[in-house]
Amino acid sequence: MASEQQSSTIKGSKVLMVGAGGIGCELLKTLALSGFQDIHIIDMDTIEVSNLNRQFLFRKSHVGQSKAKVARDAVLKFRPDISITPYHANVKDLDFNVDFYKQFNVVLNGLDNLDARRHVNRLCLAAGVPLVESGTTGFLGQVTVHVKGRTECYECQPKTAPKTYPVCTITSTPSKFVHCIVWAKDLLFAKLFGDKNQEHDLNVHSKDGSSSSKQAEDVFERQEEENIEQYGKRIYDHVFGYNIELALSSEETWRNRNKPRPIYVRDVFSSELAIQNGNLHNCSNGDPPSLSAMASLGLKNPQDLWSLKENSKVFLEALKLFFSKREKEIGNLSFDKDDQLAVEFVTAAANIRASSFGIPLHSLFEAKGIAGNIVHAVATTNAIIAGLIVIEAIKVLQHDVKNYRMTYCLEHPSRKMLLMPIEPSEPNKSCYVCSETPLDLEINTHRSKLRDVVDKIVKAKLGMNFPLILHGSALLYEVGDDLEEDEVANYAANLEKVLCKLPASVTSGTILTVEDLQQELKCSINIKHREEFDEEKEPDAMILSGWIQPRATEKSSNTAVDSEVSTSSASEAVPLVAEDDDDLQIIPTITGKKRKLSNVSNEMKNKRKAELHSKNDVVVLDDDNSDMSKKEQ
Amino acid sequence: MDDGEELTEQETTLYDRQIRVWGVDTQRRLSKSRVFVSGIKGTVVEFCKNIVLAGVGSLTVNDDRTVTEELLSANFLIPPDENVYGGKSIAELCCDSLKDFNPMVRVSVQKGDLLNFDVDFFDKFDVVVVSSCSLSTKISVNEKCRRLSKQVAFYTVDCRGSCGEIFVDLQNYVYSKKKSDEECLLEYSSFEEAITIPWRTLPRGLSKLYLVMRVIEQFEEIEGRNPGEISSADLLNVQRLRKKLCEINSLNESEIPDSLLQRLLEDGTRESSPVCAIIGGILGQEVIKAISGKGDPLKNFFFFDAIDGKGIIEDISHVQVLEMEFRMGSVLSVENIIEIPY
Repeated sequence: MASEQQSSTIKGSKVLMVGAGGIGCELLKTLALSGFQDIHIIDMDTIEVSNLNRQFLFRKSHVGQSKAKVARDAVLKFRPDISITPYHANVKDLDFNVDFYKQFNVVLNGLDNLDARRHVNRLCLAAGVPLVESGTTGFLGQVTVHVKGRTECYECQPKTAPKTYPVCTITSTPSKFVHCIVWAKDLLFAKLFGDKNQEHDLNVHSKDGSSSSKQAEDVFERQEEENIEQYGKRIYDHVFGYNIELALSSEETWRNRNKPRPIYVRDVFSSELAIQNGNLHNCSNGDPPSLSAMASLGLKNPQDLWSLKENSKVFLEALKLFFSKREKEIGNLSFDKDDQLAVEFVTAAANIRASSFGIPLHSLFEAKGIAGNIVHAVATTNAIIAGLIVIEAIKVLQHDVKNYRMTYCLEHPSRKMLLMPIEPSEPNKSCYVCSETPLDLEINTHRSKLRDVVDKIVKAKLGMNFPLILHGSALLYEVGDDLEEDEVANYAANLEKVLCKLPASVTSGTILTVEDLQQELKCSINIKHREEFDEEKEPDAMILSGWIQPRATEKSSNTAVDSEVSTSSASEAVPLVAEDDDDLQIIPTITGKKRKLSNVSNEMKNKRKAELHSKNDVVVLDDDNSDMSKKEQ
Repeated sequence: MDDGEELTEQETTLYDRQIRVWGVDTQRRLSKSRVFVSGIKGTVVEFCKNIVLAGVGSLTVNDDRTVTEELLSANFLIPPDENVYGGKSIAELCCDSLKDFNPMVRVSVQKGDLLNFDVDFFDKFDVVVVSSCSLSTKISVNEKCRRLSKQVAFYTVDCRGSCGEIFVDLQNYVYSKKKSDEECLLEYSSFEEAITIPWRTLPRGLSKLYLVMRVIEQFEEIEGRNPGEISSADLLNVQRLRKKLCEINSLNESEIPDSLLQRLLEDGTRESSPVCAIIGGILGQEVIKAISGKGDPLKNFFFFDAIDGKGIIEDISHVQVLEMEFRMGSVLSVENIIEIPY
């Protein structure tokens, strides 16, 4: 396959890999075997035991070490003469600026979160370097090619952001198990063991103190000298008993919904005077056992479904263990899927709540997967995808434009194909990332503050990390290490002002310019004042629009290219392909001919409209993005 | 394959991510399965890596060839240091590295010539994968597997340059669908049955690779060449063979394009590492699926060509032909292609 010319092209190229995990290990190996001699690789993660089922360059003895470095060492063993430069760092670091990217002929992503992917996409666009993207989940995978000006950039097609849920669903009307998990993890666990100063929606008031002021007794505070078991039962009764009764008192809420039932300790343990707790696991070997309620209670199998009683025991035992053995950590803990006790607590809490609301219970194994946003992954899919990435990379290096393909790895064949290649589409002319189209923001300029815009729009939705916000020539906000004290103070003050009261007043018709200097991304936002927003459907009180729909009325100027359509064009829906830890990206249906934006059917347009709105339904009660951006594969 | 004891804590921790893909039951079955592979080049190395990571019970590798630079080209298990690999066989060297990937899998070497292993030998395994062997060897091993009373899954896999082919024979395969417990039965052809299906009865739009591989396979067999021991110098003779075979099969020669033949001849024994990764991955998935008894297995050929990027499943089995016979109301004679000289 490698002709002379191809070999020398490969030998002389410089490649950047982002991610040294599941895809990364397979990719580095294949690149090395294919003759690449200068490879750089960025990954901020260290090796964990659960990686070893597929990240085959790592061994048990490497747990805790840098993925990028160990991967490099492992590959040098069978290709000692090539150059691999590892960076144990976050790809978002300022060091990895446009100039850094410019030194490479192609960038290959093996990431597992949307945030980092968008960031790399922007830097590649700014540097003018082609990007080969990829993703896998279970048996599904895809490889896509992004060349500035020629193909869509990674963000031309909107990607579904990680799923988040409206507050009220979590706090009052859960209908799925995942709602219970989010409640248990982000509310209860956080309230009991996390930062006390965080805002919460859990009802902190007891039956007696009914005032809504912040001075009211915080039921979650453990009283001095209060017996831990008593405390545990008190919490149990409050969240599963009292709070539910409180919720039931609002008739309106339950008119069309099944009512939950309150659960009290006395209901579950009615026949016992004291709740049996097992002995702590004996140390038979030298290592201190990790604290576990399961172990104490003799519950051995994480795949078992526990009864309400068992869940309750776990809840109380876990709480007891936290307060008696891990007291120092309380107040600082955040949920970690590898923290056995935390997982047990969250599982139990979620199950009890689920029981209350008539939602099916789940095993610890299942609950852990949901709570921890665990990617389910196998080696084979990653190997296949890595092979496809290298094939595309070689095409890119040879400027073999006509043969660039987006390739989808399916679990079930579509028209006999398990591997389905599709020609890339042209750039989306209304993509705000690669086409600099302005966006529209509907917002109440009298009520919303600049902070809301910065946090929820510029950072969260637009994915800018170090934003600059300008109104005309007036700098409203910026971040940077080199700012003067008074500048910092000025910007901090601006954040707290409502838009119309900013020094350069932002009102309907204002055009804001937002920039990220590192990503070299600039974008205009047209502000449109709107008075009212639906509390439930639009809880942020802000609607961002304008970059989703490619205009369907656009005439197909691609007829010449269309006629070259090969018989490989699929005429069926490209199935769900995972891009992210916890969510699936929906790729629109391909209709009949080659998929060109201008051929988007009405059906698809409406589907996208629906996606856009559903994104605005949600509230930032999401699994913290910081969790996600920490991970790179 | 019965699933007895529970997985150990060590297994559930290590296999957590893949258990979330295929379930505990499949993982248990994997841990009891015994796999045999022969012919260790790039694709099989990939397959072995995948199957060991997946956690099969045992893997037995067979390849007595001594290491050469060519055999190392797509092999990431062997350090290119003559002091390390000098004097040992490919199988021995790979065995040690493979054990490293997963200490819970028993990896061992089986010395000897594949052709000399008898029926009883294959009885020790649940899965048999052969590669880099002659046509007659493929057929022979397949037949031995079929003679056993228990069902042994048989696979062949070959990568030539930027193309790859997988063949699957699961005999009479009973399995359950992934989402439901609905039981299904599939009847597979042996390799010989499949390739002796008259070409003119093959489905339209069949991947061109199928016929090209058959011509080259025949050529190597007739000439007594090792797989891949071909070059552009053979083009003329290969074209003659193609002509003869097409005549016998009443098939237009254009169905077997020159360009594809030339490519495969030029590539010879060369393997493309990305293609090995892809084919080794697909094969790994299929073997895991067959062991689990869940999910639609591949039936019965898989082709990949990096030039067009398509990974295609083709069903070339005598059951189909019998159906066709019934519909067409004619009697077809099965040509024994192997004996035709050119």
